[in-house]
Amino acid sequence: MASEAVEHDYHLVEPSPWPFLSGLAAMVWGTGMVIFFTGLVSRNPDKPNAMTEFFFARGLDTIQGKDVSNGGWIILLIGCFFAAVVMFGWWRDVARESEAGDHTPVVDIGLRYGMIMFIMQEAMFFVGWFWMFFELGLWHKVREKWEIAQAECYGEWPVCEIETIDPFHIPLMNTLVLLLSGTTVTWAHHALIKGDRKGAKWGLFLTVVLGIFFTYLQGVEYMEAFAHRDGESFWLSTNVYGSAFFLATGFHGLHVLIGTIFLAVCYLRLVRGGFTPQKHFGLEAAAWYWHFVDVVWLFLFVFVYVVFR
Amino acid sequence: MVAVPGDDHAHDHKPGFFTRWFLSTNHKDIGTLYLIFAIVAGVLGGYLSFMMRAELGEPGIQIFDEDVRRFNVYATMHGLIMIFFVVMPALIGGFGNWFVPIMIGAPDMAFPRMNNLSFWLLPTAFACLIISFFVSGGDGDGFGGGWVMYPPLSTSGSPGPAFDFIIIGLLAAGFSSIFGAINFITTILNMRAPGMTIHKMPLFAWSVLVTAFLLLLALPVLAASLFMLLTDRIPGGTGFFNPAMGGDPVMFQHLFWFFGHPEVYIMILPAFGIVSHVISTNSRKPVFGYLGMAYAMVAIGVVGFVVWAHHMYTVGMDVNLKAYFVAATLVIAVPTGVKVFSWLATMWGGSLRFTIPMQWALAFIALFVIGGVTGVMLANAGFDTWAHDTYFVVAHFHYVLSMGAVFGIFCGFYYWFGKMSGYLYNKWLAGAHFWLFFIGVNMIFMPQHFIGMNRRHVDFPVEMADGNWLSTMGIIPTGVGMLFFFLMLAEAFIRKRPAGDNYWGEGATTLEWTLPSPPPFHQFNTLPRISDDDGH
Repeated sequence: MASEAVEHDYHLVEPSPWPFLSGLAAMVWGTGMVIFFTGLVSRNPDKPNAMTEFFFARGLDTIQGKDVSNGGWIILLIGCFFAAVVMFGWWRDVARESEAGDHTPVVDIGLRYGMIMFIMQEAMFFVGWFWMFFELGLWHKVREKWEIAQAECYGEWPVCEIETIDPFHIPLMNTLVLLLSGTTVTWAHHALIKGDRKGAKWGLFLTVVLGIFFTYLQGVEYMEAFAHRDGESFWLSTNVYGSAFFLATGFHGLHVLIGTIFLAVCYLRLVRGGFTPQKHFGLEAAAWYWHFVDVVWLFLFVFVYVVFR
Repeated sequence: MVAVPGDDHAHDHKPGFFTRWFLSTNHKDIGTLYLIFAIVAGVLGGYLSFMMRAELGEPGIQIFDEDVRRFNVYATMHGLIMIFFVVMPALIGGFGNWFVPIMIGAPDMAFPRMNNLSFWLLPTAFACLIISFFVSGGDGDGFGGGWVMYPPLSTSGSPGPAFDFIIIGLLAAGFSSIFGAINFITTILNMRAPGMTIHKMPLFAWSVLVTAFLLLLALPVLAASLFMLLTDRIPGGTGFFNPAMGGDPVMFQHLFWFFGHPEVYIMILPAFGIVSHVISTNSRKPVFGYLGMAYAMVAIGVVGFVVWAHHMYTVGMDVNLKAYFVAATLVIAVPTGVKVFSWLATMWGGSLRFTIPMQWALAFIALFVIGGVTGVMLANAGFDTWAHDTYFVVAHFHYVLSMGAVFGIFCGFYYWFGKMSGYLYNKWLAGAHFWLFFIGVNMIFMPQHFIGMNRRHVDFPVEMADGNWLSTMGIIPTGVGMLFFFLMLAEAFIRKRPAGDNYWGEGATTLEWTLPSPPPFHQFNTLPRISDDDGH
């Protein structure tokens, strides 16, 4: 260029170690996943916990019906920790750049586009799980004609007279918890815009507490189901109903956890004096994400818990 | 926009080697990394296909005599590597990164750091695939269930870690593409130069925009189905695709092809964009029917989402459903026809130059139309039931990909090589590359239409020997052609003939030709202004 001076408002980011480290973290995490689910070496039944087996045999392993205690989860855990460190460093840089004034109005609009796109792809991820569930819930009749054991009972819904979870106990409670948290996060947002930082802190704090409460309730429901998996309840390995139920609600639960962490980080930033009434896109993005998680739950509640039970 | 060639290099302040290439936040450097990665992966993917063709040169077992199962592992890896690690990184990551910001008059991508994440997830994904090649898949090393990964071959049929590594690799590659898609959409919607309305945006940027939306909406569904496979594979895990638990293996095919069909447009749309520019430049005429060209790509993208089950005519679908998917698939021929005829009309009455990229572009049109016509044939359920899983299908998708998408890549490479490197290539070496490659790939794939052989077979009856022999002989010109490609690269970098700002002259009207070759480390410190009467 003829002139050195930068005469635009875009943010030219300095070189950063985080993307490269993310790639490495993904490698460790991925190897850990493979070891956890399948294992790199097969186990010698006589010496199930020799050095190599301890670290590299399947993490979810049983020998003759007994769970084998071993370290197959260690590399996965290291990968998760590595990824968490990278994410912390990365987003700390983003927050610092925001405070340094790099996020001009046009960059701010870009961040909004980015978050909308991210939520769009998350929605498509859940489309996959709902598609699976609807296929099972709507077109189960064809299974009567399959050449499988108990074909008759797979033609019904819920399959094989499985006792589904009563939607009007814990799940209804969960619905109310999430809807309430949707109002508290809006409270926090509007309080911040009005300059009422105390109200914003309270609203955000309550949202995080409600998020944790949701996860707790979901945990109670899962543990109940797991404890009675051979009798009156079901588990993800009982049949395809359990698979679809637990993976769909489980991935939603994972997103609640992510959303809660996102909101908690925003809470900490707020407490430490971050965000202004004019500039607080981190908080807004967390709120958008939280509403998205909320909507997914409403779909889960209506279709998985109530309609197709 | 006053560009002073040679002057700005001194002021560039490029960071040191490690910082520049590993910690980069510069769209041009990341684009270069993508292109180098695609070339490396392409050599490996090409090696796999050459081994398969060598095996199929004559009846009997030649190469895979130790473990014939390995043939299917090669076929699987060839497919996955070529799709996820060659075509997508080259077209979207490479040229998309290099030229989308420049064409829309932006200094960089919207999220330069996330851009680098998109790149660095790819070596991780590729490493997972390479590891998969050498670890146990159950009854031998590697996974041989095909790039489509249908259960039960990918669940109970492959109990070892080989397939888990493929799942992890594809998840990493998928996240890479999703982040890339978010980045491109945001860049194109938010960072166009003043005066560049969306209806003045160059067609390559349009093609990447549509592609990015396809990636954004299709890949998460693949991620969901990969997670289903992952948990289905655990003993005592889920049973989504296990009929004994009430699951449905065909459901995987639906989920997979809901991603897989948009994926084929993800691979070809950027090539459409490149070819449009090359033909317009070398006809010294604006592209014919610009808006029609742009919205034809949008139409292809939209309709591409509702045709997926035409890959599944033989799974026992209801005949009415098949009728729908036939009709919907045939509809795609309309916007594709709009594109082909608009390219022809762009050349009509133009002042044509048969430069190297123009040769690739013309070959692209001819060969893509051949692949498109066999595509229209295969779209019909009646014919497809007969041709399903035969070499007719193999020939079809290699005509649209290895001669469509890959010709698009070379077309773009020869069009922009001088802009990216700053050097001119030797036309004789490049021409030899083109002609050998053109003859070679046609020799490989044209006979495959007529062999009448099933896919994924390591051996064949002697009646099919002639076609297979001719097809295998085609790897010689193709391979020698690729050697000329590397010779061309080496020669250009040794001789260092400087390329001017606009070495195509009249007809090259997009913004990259207003910059020096190579462009400065950060271009457009003062944003360009597009006036109302500027073309596109």
